[in-house]
Amino acid sequence: MEINKDFSYTEAFIACPECDLIHSTPKIREGEQGRCIRCGALLFVRHKNSLNRSLAFALTGLMFFILANLFPLLTFQMEGQSESNRLIDGAIAFWNAGYWELGIVVFISSVVAPLAVLLVLITLLLPMQLGRSPFSPQFQVRLLSHLKPWAMSEIFILGIIVAFVKLQDFADVSVGLSLVAFVLMVAATVMAYLTLDEGALWSRLKEIRA
Amino acid sequence: MTAPVTAQSIGAISCHVCGLLVSKRFIAEHRADCPRCDAALHSRKINSLNRTWALLIAAAILYIPANVYPVLTLISFGRSTTNTIMGGVIELAQSGQAVIAVIVFVASVFVPIFKIAALLFLVVSVQLGLKVQRRKRALLYRFTEFIGRWSMIDIFMISILIGLVKLQALATVTAGPGAIAFAAVVIITMFAAMSFDPRLIWDDEGNDNDG
Repeated sequence: MEINKDFSYTEAFIACPECDLIHSTPKIREGEQGRCIRCGALLFVRHKNSLNRSLAFALTGLMFFILANLFPLLTFQMEGQSESNRLIDGAIAFWNAGYWELGIVVFISSVVAPLAVLLVLITLLLPMQLGRSPFSPQFQVRLLSHLKPWAMSEIFILGIIVAFVKLQDFADVSVGLSLVAFVLMVAATVMAYLTLDEGALWSRLKEIRA
Repeated sequence: MTAPVTAQSIGAISCHVCGLLVSKRFIAEHRADCPRCDAALHSRKINSLNRTWALLIAAAILYIPANVYPVLTLISFGRSTTNTIMGGVIELAQSGQAVIAVIVFVASVFVPIFKIAALLFLVVSVQLGLKVQRRKRALLYRFTEFIGRWSMIDIFMISILIGLVKLQALATVTAGPGAIAFAAVVIITMFAAMSFDPRLIWDDEGNDNDG
């Protein structure tokens, strides 16, 4: 491949993030994706209305996140007594039991990071939708990439299912309204990520600033 | 074959956050951060192999208390049952919850071992300069990075049980010290996977007649 090495920085080429091979940025259509020819890593995606859709999903996710914190996730009944728990109670329970390290881990991965991901997406995309530049898109994009691995809502759902099954053996457990909201929040967050095209994000930012 | 054209070979660095391709000349003359997203620019992850080794050793050591110490105690009607990670899986299997038992076994027992073994293999293969099956190793890395977080299922399950089941003598669940070690294994192996730079698998391709 002939490439012009005389550039400061360029969007005409990209290096594969997993093997460093240079690819020229292809013209791909909406709904298509481009993968690295050497290692197979995903390099390019394009979605129709990427930024609008991602924003819509993030706002939906935030709504469900609020709902998920208002009602119990599970209710547990035994011999006429009952207990129910909210999303945040798992972290609090660890903290109160003296396992503060686990309290912090659970708090970050099930509450803070999932909420932060949605808030960062919204504060990034909403001003852009209104034709303004977000307060620090550079910082927000970096924050998003650091938060991503630690937001573990989808894993938390499996944790709830396992807890539910374990309890069923010796007590009555019922699913609370918040569990439904929580599942929908996870679905909306996943969709917000899947529809977000970072290339579109940077080029839209350039338009706004111009 | 001739050496492939990479960012490194043309004297450029690809931003690890936003993917912008920046020339080293620009970095030398202007700034060390990405002109698009301000992230610090590195050609390869810093000290990748040493960091991955250190984290893997730490994870392997903590894996022992994570499995030996109990993670959970259930007291119900004066009877108490204590479970280790593996004990929890066996109990689920015995109570006829085969599907859930398999999920928990995969997430809590298989994934941590697989992850440590896979990263060890990747690090050693790079250090020995292995030239074969690069694409399969790249796939192994991608898979390892993807599955790592799923081991947290057990920690979340415990957090829910201890928050929910607190009816004193009737039924109470408490956490055990194994849970701390187990969560540490999951988090440390996540950092180990992040520290490994998959580009190292490919860096010597085309340097001699390997194909």
